[in-house]
Amino acid sequence: MNIEELTKKAVEIRKGIIEAVYNAQSGHPGGSLSIADILTVLYFHEMKIKPEDPKWEERDRLVLSKGHCSPALYSCLANRGYFPVEDLKTFRKIDSYLQGHPDRNKVPGVDMTTGSLGQGLSAANGMAIVGKMDKKDYRVYCILGDGEIEEGQIWEAAMTSSKYKLDNLCVIVDNNNLQIDGTIEEVMSPYPIDEKFRSFGFEIIKIDGHDIEEIIKAFEVAKNIKDKPTCIIAKTIKGKGISYMENQVGWHGKAPNEEQYKEAITELEKGI
Amino acid sequence: MKKATRQSYGEALLELGKKNKDVVVLDADLAGATKTELFAKEFPERFFDIGIAEADMMGTAAGLSTCGKIPYVSTFAMFAAGRSYDQIRNSICYPNLNVKICATHAGITVGEDGATHQMIEDLSLMRTIPNMKVLSPSDDTQTKWIIKEISKINGPVYVRLARLATEEIYDENQKFEIGKAIQHGDGTDGTIFATGVTVQEALKAQKILQEKGVNVRVVDMYSIKPVDRDMIVKCAKETKKLVSIEDHNVIGGLGSAISEILTDEYPTKLIRLGIKDVFGRSGKAEELMKYYGIIADNIIEKF
Repeated sequence: MNIEELTKKAVEIRKGIIEAVYNAQSGHPGGSLSIADILTVLYFHEMKIKPEDPKWEERDRLVLSKGHCSPALYSCLANRGYFPVEDLKTFRKIDSYLQGHPDRNKVPGVDMTTGSLGQGLSAANGMAIVGKMDKKDYRVYCILGDGEIEEGQIWEAAMTSSKYKLDNLCVIVDNNNLQIDGTIEEVMSPYPIDEKFRSFGFEIIKIDGHDIEEIIKAFEVAKNIKDKPTCIIAKTIKGKGISYMENQVGWHGKAPNEEQYKEAITELEKGI
Repeated sequence: MKKATRQSYGEALLELGKKNKDVVVLDADLAGATKTELFAKEFPERFFDIGIAEADMMGTAAGLSTCGKIPYVSTFAMFAAGRSYDQIRNSICYPNLNVKICATHAGITVGEDGATHQMIEDLSLMRTIPNMKVLSPSDDTQTKWIIKEISKINGPVYVRLARLATEEIYDENQKFEIGKAIQHGDGTDGTIFATGVTVQEALKAQKILQEKGVNVRVVDMYSIKPVDRDMIVKCAKETKKLVSIEDHNVIGGLGSAISEILTDEYPTKLIRLGIKDVFGRSGKAEELMKYYGIIADNIIEKF
């Protein structure tokens, strides 16, 4: 897909996020919207995948370590053809396979079950290690929240990524600067994120996480880095695309009411 | 000859590694103690020392298993079941991944290291997690069988191994089966349910009691989950007294597992010997077993 098509697709992905969270009256729209552009580029441009064969061995893998942003992942998977877009409306409901947090055994296309923060990078490392061992050329993507990296396991895992020279691994930090209790500086600052990951042996790429062109380029650059993992630090806006949600900490884990839902969909459709 | 089940584990792992190329091993800076070093020396390309980072080790194993490997993960029971509980639950058991957690140095028989290293809650923690199987071998032959057998099961398994060297109990003709227990003797005066390092104590007690004219049977409960329901009920029906003995807190371990079955199917009194909900302390393993009341004498005095 070209940049224009990806930009349009990202709007569809955002609509899916809103549909899912609105119908569930539960879920996490803020952080889902902040990673929507990155996930759109990954699923519609970058990743080598076969929606008709979700377990294809040679596929690129993605671990959404910030698992509460499942609406964004599900919306991408649905729009990419892994399951019907209509099913997004069943998100978090008792008879649905679309669990609150990603479940690799229930949802086609989900490569790793996540939800308890801080655990995804370790699993991504494991996948990347097998890629190296078995000389496969798949890549592994792992999306971390900027609040999530307060978890100590992330830094244990960062050492592992570096020790095993996982140049087939690309970590993306969704730097929207907000977590449940406030800004990440207020709660427990992980800054400087770039220097931290650099000192753990990562190549650092800093981008605007809503600029499709920059996102595409960053993944291209990452592919050519040898003998070490890459960390893309994406500056993002929590709630991006729905003006009343943007940069509002209150929209971390809250669903829009009917009026707000209509307003959100109208705003997104205007953007197309 | 006496041998610790951790040693049997290391030897079995090496043999398994020769036969199954998908087997990979992870350790957290304790390869010498957990005996995974035997595998590491032979297959360095399939061995991953994750350093003193048990949580990451569990997650890495989860990732490896999603790509077809069969990870055997080792550290002390304290740092496996304790420190990494959330990773085992959410990254391994919930997705039902094929990870084998072989935890050594379980129980107070760790000895001199003291309470911080004496894991007496692991059976309890591990058996309450859905999808998890929990095994607790008592000797060399049984441990080796288990290590090989679990490579054929697709799903998470926790194996509880000991530092203390214990007696050989079985020969190579013994049949084992996950979910089954092994009955020694058919005395009807009582049943002694034991697991891991306490099986040899139970067998010792059985012999001494026999000399006194009391005929008891010993049941080796090496499969804690799934547990041998039929065996428990059969012994409750056939024998006059039931005793359980374990190197584990009396809350949540073997005694509790048996009690749950008895409550469901055949309510019977069970005398539970184990660590009485207190922390351990430093000392020699044998001294500690005596101090905390999990030796043959403690069984004998119940008859």
